[in-house]
Amino acid sequence: MATINVNGQEIEVDEEGYLVDLSQWTPEIGEAMAKMDDCELTDAHWEVINFLREYYDEYQIAPAVRVLTKAIGKKLGKDKGNSKYLYELFPYGPAKQACKYAGLPKPTGCV
Amino acid sequence: MSDVKKFLYVNRKAPYGTIYALESLEVVLIGAAFEQDVALAFLDDGVYQLTKDQNTDGIEMKNFSPTYSALGDYDIRKIYVEKESLEERGLTIDDLQHLTYEDEDDDWAEKDSIQVVTAKELAEIMDQSDVILSF
Repeated sequence: MATINVNGQEIEVDEEGYLVDLSQWTPEIGEAMAKMDDCELTDAHWEVINFLREYYDEYQIAPAVRVLTKAIGKKLGKDKGNSKYLYELFPYGPAKQACKYAGLPKPTGCV
Repeated sequence: MSDVKKFLYVNRKAPYGTIYALESLEVVLIGAAFEQDVALAFLDDGVYQLTKDQNTDGIEMKNFSPTYSALGDYDIRKIYVEKESLEERGLTIDDLQHLTYEDEDDDWAEKDSIQVVTAKELAEIMDQSDVILSF
């Protein structure tokens, strides 16, 4: 099993870098995962990450990107609810990459 | 689009004890990305999948019932529950979760997704479906 080192603590991740034990998540783990992808997390990133965590908490799934885009638009405004905005924040795919930093599993149906 | 098919996912089994209910739900969520005409049917013990207040602590399985509330986000608007199956189990629609979707053609009004139908009506719905996937 692969691990990543966050503040001296070894955290277990799967072969694609997603957290194995979702309950271990802390914002520092999200930061550390982003740093490994050369991605600096801004408030705009955190808005999406926090949104995903709330969505997962309520529905027990990570939403598909189409659903995420629509839901973000509704909650955070039309200017953010489009794939251009979300792909600029998360170039590896908004659902996939943001879910990873949020400590969630890969979205259902995501390959 | 002319190649939209009518898909019907038929759910007949209790939510836990077998993997069918969860697998069906995952296939539905994945399939929703293909923009087909999707409907779900719940009958026999499958009606238990939609019950409120599920608690899986005693069996150490994930309670995935909150995920049914996300179906509206995935544009799934037709959820049929068989009347006879509910009655045989002493259940009514009030024992089920309140599932809704937002109708974009009607100013995003929130509408009920669940329709209770008789076995005869469900047979007609099956007859009119292009693809039936049974779980």
